[in-house]
Order: sequence, then structure tokens, then C-alpha cells
Amino acid sequence: MIRVVLPTHLRTLAKIGGEVKLEVGGRATQRSVLDALEAQYPMLRGAIRDHVTQQRRPFLRFFACEQDLSHEPPDTPLPDEVVSGKEPLLIIGAIAGG
Amino acid sequence: MSKVRVLVGTRKGAFVLTSDGKRETWEVSGPHFAGWEIYHVKGSPAAPERLYASQSSGWFGQQIQRSNDGGTSWEPVGNKFVYEGVPGTHQWYDGTPHPWEFKRVWHLEPSLSDPDTVYGGVEDAAIFRTQDGGQSWQELPGLRGHGSGPRWQPGAGGMCLHTIIIDPKNPQRIFIAISAAGAFRTDDGGQSWKPINRGLHSQYIPDPTAEVGHCVHHVAMHGSRPDVLFMQKHWDVMRSDDAGESWTEVSGNLPTDFGFVIDVHAHEPNTIYVVPIKSDGEHYPPEGKLRVYRSRTGGNEWEALTKGLPQSNCYVNVLRDAMAVDALDKCGVYFGTTGGQVYLSADAGDNWAPIVRDLPAVLSVEVQTLS
Repeated sequence: MIRVVLPTHLRTLAKIGGEVKLEVGGRATQRSVLDALEAQYPMLRGAIRDHVTQQRRPFLRFFACEQDLSHEPPDTPLPDEVVSGKEPLLIIGAIAGG
Repeated sequence: MSKVRVLVGTRKGAFVLTSDGKRETWEVSGPHFAGWEIYHVKGSPAAPERLYASQSSGWFGQQIQRSNDGGTSWEPVGNKFVYEGVPGTHQWYDGTPHPWEFKRVWHLEPSLSDPDTVYGGVEDAAIFRTQDGGQSWQELPGLRGHGSGPRWQPGAGGMCLHTIIIDPKNPQRIFIAISAAGAFRTDDGGQSWKPINRGLHSQYIPDPTAEVGHCVHHVAMHGSRPDVLFMQKHWDVMRSDDAGESWTEVSGNLPTDFGFVIDVHAHEPNTIYVVPIKSDGEHYPPEGKLRVYRSRTGGNEWEALTKGLPQSNCYVNVLRDAMAVDALDKCGVYFGTTGGQVYLSADAGDNWAPIVRDLPAVLSVEVQTLS
């Protein structure tokens, strides 16, 4: 069971109260987790990754286990702690303002 | 008893303001989609409880929301806006070619007869259409394919298609406007388009009378006279009596003919409203006085409407989609400001009062007159 934490605005958009828990077949990667997330919550399509290029939106980052995974290739396996559910995959909106 | 519903898009959410036909006391609902930019909210003329909202964010991109109960509850629908074919390039601010990139939906125009059909005007400029209530969107590529696209360029606010007007007497005819390309018209339901900018004169482009390149800010029409169009251009207020084939300037005695909004009285097709703004470098009213100007002659002769509006130290702007009228016997005129006020005149402009004073910056105002 993969745990995913979304930014507040996306939780509101998808009417999600807390963490999302996802079953992902095979070895979990950024791509497979986001595919599963979007399948369960179709309104998130285009909100995290571009519809066409599937590139991460520029003001979002992927963190887990105190690491920034944002620049990892999308098919890189996620850390074991994320796969086991011990640690969540954090989708973070960039902080902006003064 | 009639009722009015005012749909307000702001920088930080949508608000729904409702009142009975007297328009004296108001209920305010919102913010809906708190924290998101709401460029536009509009109801279907064919099914007034059906609303569509354009919700966007620099972080999370574009969403389209739909309501079937007049804005009480909402559901996200399709948000995939993909240009047909190879997008190509338009001019960037420095004149170099720049690839077409979707950024946001500026304007949603529901069909006059089918609640599931909506036109969407987007940045970078293109027109899309849904025929399934917003679940899927397809570009009408004939507009960008007209041939002049490589010469279009963004205005300061982006290269946006911000105005869509459906001819009520001929549904095959649609008018649109783009900053800064100009106005265009289709006579075949959106398959092919032609620029309709003859008579426009823009000093800020190399050829002031070019076929395209004009920064049209907004266009308005009265449904009873669909061949008569009124335009607030970057500078100049213009009028066409032949469906855009030619334009003449009707700025007349306005204190400045720069501005964004323009609208037409619901029952008097020759009565029009603008809000003059000092200049393109100073986006606020001249002399710090917020004045709506009304012409009862279709332009040229204008009177200042000031009762109830701040006449000192007012430095707000009124953006292009932020004025609307209701269809009650005494036509109500509404506009929103970047200072968060939504003003109403329930007597066609003679007297004004704020409905709300402290919303986020207002991007758009639409009004529904309900029975």
C-alpha cells in the first residue's frame, strides 16, 4: 500500500480528507503511482503532470524519505520505505511569496 | 417574482451573489474554489441552473467546474485542452517566433440553445468547444489556421482569446476577439474565420491599420441587433454596423478612450457603457474618480455617471470581462473592480452602490436574470 500526501488545493479539488492510499501493481515508480492516483481521482489529470508530455508541472516537487525525487526518471523504483508504506510520497507545491 | 444571480470570478475564488428583483438585499455565497484564480463563470441561457467556471492556478493548471444547481454544488469536468495538429508559432513580445502553449481558459460561452455545448477562449489564443457538458474539449482549428497566426502577439496580459459572442439570430455566426490579434468572425459555425479589423487604427504596431495585431480589449452586442458591435480597443471605442466588416471610432467626448469593459443596455440597443481608464501605463481611473460613461446614442456623446461611485482617491481597474447587465425592467448594470468591489446600478446607471466591497480582485462579472 503506497501512501501519497497531496497539497491542500489538490485534496480539496479531489475531495480527499487526508493521505491517499493506493495499490500499485509491480515495482512502484513515480509513473505507476501517479497513474494509479489519476485513475482513482480523474480530476487530478493535468494537475500534477502535463496531459500530453506527462512532465511534472514546474511548481510541484516529489519528496520522500527526506530526498527530493523530482528529477529522478519517472520509471525509477521508489524507495523501499515508500513501497512498504512506512513513508509517504509527498507531492509538494512550491512555496511562493515574500 | 424575478431574481438575479451575479457570478463573480476573482483572483482567489468565485462568488455567487443573489437577490430578488428589487436588488436591494443580497446573499453572498463563496469563496468557491478558494485560493484559485477564477477567470470566468457563466450560466447556460438554455438551462440557467447549469453553470460553468474556469478555475486555474500557476501550480496546478486548468480545471473546469460545472454546477447543475445554480452554483450550490460543483463538479470538476474535463480539463484537457490540446491544440489540433502541430501548434506552430506566434510572435513573442520581442517579435521572435514563440511556440503556442496552453496556459488557461479566459472565457466560457455557453451555447444559446444547448446546455452541454460551450465555447472556451484560451491563452495562448484559440477557441475550443465541448458538446458533452465540459467532459471533453476540441479545438476549432480554423481560427489559428486562418493564416495570420504567426503574426499574432501577446498583449501585456498574455495572448488571450477573451471575448466570444454568438449571434442569436444566426448560430453559425460567432465573433471572437484576441489580445493582441484583433477581432474575428466565423459564418460557418467555427470552421473558417476571417479577421474583422478594418477601420481599427493602432499606433503601437508597425502598420497602424494592419489586418491583425490590434489589441482589442472587449466587444459587446445587443441581441436584437447582431450586426451592430461595440468595441473597447486598447485605445479607442469603436462601433461597427455591418457585423465587423468596418469600424468607426465613437470615443467622442470621453475623458480618455483607453479602457477594458464595454456593454450594452438590456432594452436599449443604442445605450452603451464604458469605464474610461487613464492610460495603458496607468491602469486606474483619471483623476482618481471612478466614473462609468453612458452613451444613449450608440457612441460619440457620453455622460459621466458618478452618483454612488468614489470620486476621489480611487485607483482601481475594471477588467475586460467585469461588466454585465441584467434584463429586469429597469436594467441593472454591474461591474467589479480590482479592489474587490462589485457595484450595481439598478436604474441603468443613474445611481450606484456596492453589493460587496472587499472581495479579492475581480476578474469577471456575469448576471443571470431568473424568473
